Amino acid sequence: MATYSTNEFRGGLKIMLDGDPCSIIENEFVKPGKGQAFNRVKIRNLKTGRVIERTFKSGESVEGADVMDTSLQYLYSDGEFWHFMDPSSYEQIAADATAVGDATKWLKEQDTCEVTLWNGVPLAVTPPNFVILTVTDTDPGVRGDTSGGGGKPATLETGAVVRVPLFIEIGDILRIDTRTGEYVARAKE
Amino acid sequence: MLLTRIREYFANAGVLEVETPFLSAAGTTDPAIQSFSTTYHGPGLCHGARLYLHTSPEYPMKRLLAAGTGSIYQICKVFRDGESGRRHNPEYTLLEWYRAGFDHVALMVEVESLLREVLRDILPLAPARHWTYRELFRNYAGIDPFDTSVNEIRQALQAKGIGAPPGLTEDESDGWLDLLLTHVIEPALDEGLIFVSEFPASQAALARLLPGEPPVAARFEVYLDGVELANGYHELTDAVEQRRRFEQDNTRRGARQLAAIEPDWRLLAAMRSGLPDCAGVALGIDRLLMIAGGARHINEVMAFPLELA
Repeated sequence: MATYSTNEFRGGLKIMLDGDPCSIIENEFVKPGKGQAFNRVKIRNLKTGRVIERTFKSGESVEGADVMDTSLQYLYSDGEFWHFMDPSSYEQIAADATAVGDATKWLKEQDTCEVTLWNGVPLAVTPPNFVILTVTDTDPGVRGDTSGGGGKPATLETGAVVRVPLFIEIGDILRIDTRTGEYVARAKE
Repeated sequence: MLLTRIREYFANAGVLEVETPFLSAAGTTDPAIQSFSTTYHGPGLCHGARLYLHTSPEYPMKRLLAAGTGSIYQICKVFRDGESGRRHNPEYTLLEWYRAGFDHVALMVEVESLLREVLRDILPLAPARHWTYRELFRNYAGIDPFDTSVNEIRQALQAKGIGAPPGLTEDESDGWLDLLLTHVIEPALDEGLIFVSEFPASQAALARLLPGEPPVAARFEVYLDGVELANGYHELTDAVEQRRRFEQDNTRRGARQLAAIEPDWRLLAAMRSGLPDCAGVALGIDRLLMIAGGARHINEVMAFPLELA
């Protein structure tokens, strides 16, 4: 793997730190006029998601991380692993619960997700920004109430629970924003 | 407007405006500053000659002082390789001035009065606060910079959640102090004008040393609203000591795998002929503009920063 000098640091660059793949968020150059230059860097550990700060002497090099984002189709879960497929090569890749994390509640078979691979192994799964899901359980609908006011919880086919307007009924198909976990609108499918 | 006010100030003070070459046969030996260089081809030097873009007009201005100009100032672009960031651009504007007969204490008084005058209806200044380097470190980092170990500094940094940078070795004690300064002290500095003086002898640069135990450098730094703005010295006038510092710089450059830079023989010759007792200071105009205008990034006060140059 390539190494990167501090001069190549920029947001999004993937580097290895303490054995973990990390992504640079922010890079600040600090230097007293007559003194040592440093790069003060904010970094996200891609395995744990934690953000840490590190300082490097300017000009030092660090090892790059073989991290790439790929669009894969979600196939199914066997309870232990979530299976994805590369739609061009039909190659299948299994992600464990740590990699899938919170995305699990938005995963619907056939949907295309962004899977971050580190040395070919899934590190993180990002669901599509919007998913279309069917309501499997909610309190009976209130006719005529087409406004938002208040709302109620509804369980979706993937198990996710979201707040929906009062008029939504079991069997309705909804469009959900996975980034906020909020109901957007009814969908036609 | 800032520049007009600066020129007015010096006109009233009887300080002469000068110009010195941007391209110079000598570069700076300072291990913390990297020069750009280029090659001249033409009449007089048909085989080409290396010329450095100046990183500050210090050497030729001192040659003018040695020639008897008296107090002088200059506002010019300077060039430093490798420096780009929120408060750095590889090409920026410096105000540099020298006062014959002043020491660093008298010059600090003048820096304050110049800033007060230039920033008058823009940023009213409360009286400046003064720290020695030692007191600054004791107060903000709980460390005596003249009596500490790398281990102690490492612990102080650790307490603030700052890890040791890989590659910073035990023998780079000034590097560790710089780390404390930039990561712990500078972010904690109060608003307003602050002078820090009496630097460790190892960070004297071109300042003379004051006798004492330990000896300290007659050097000061100016901070305005937590931003390093200016650096000044009671100037070293001893040519022999100057030559020794050039050599020491090159030894340090070697240790950092940096190319050695030929000492400026013309400066040394001028110093041998006699550099008058004087104090000098260089002040970053772009940073002054940043503070006056409330800018967070130096690019906000430059029409064409590096990315657009």
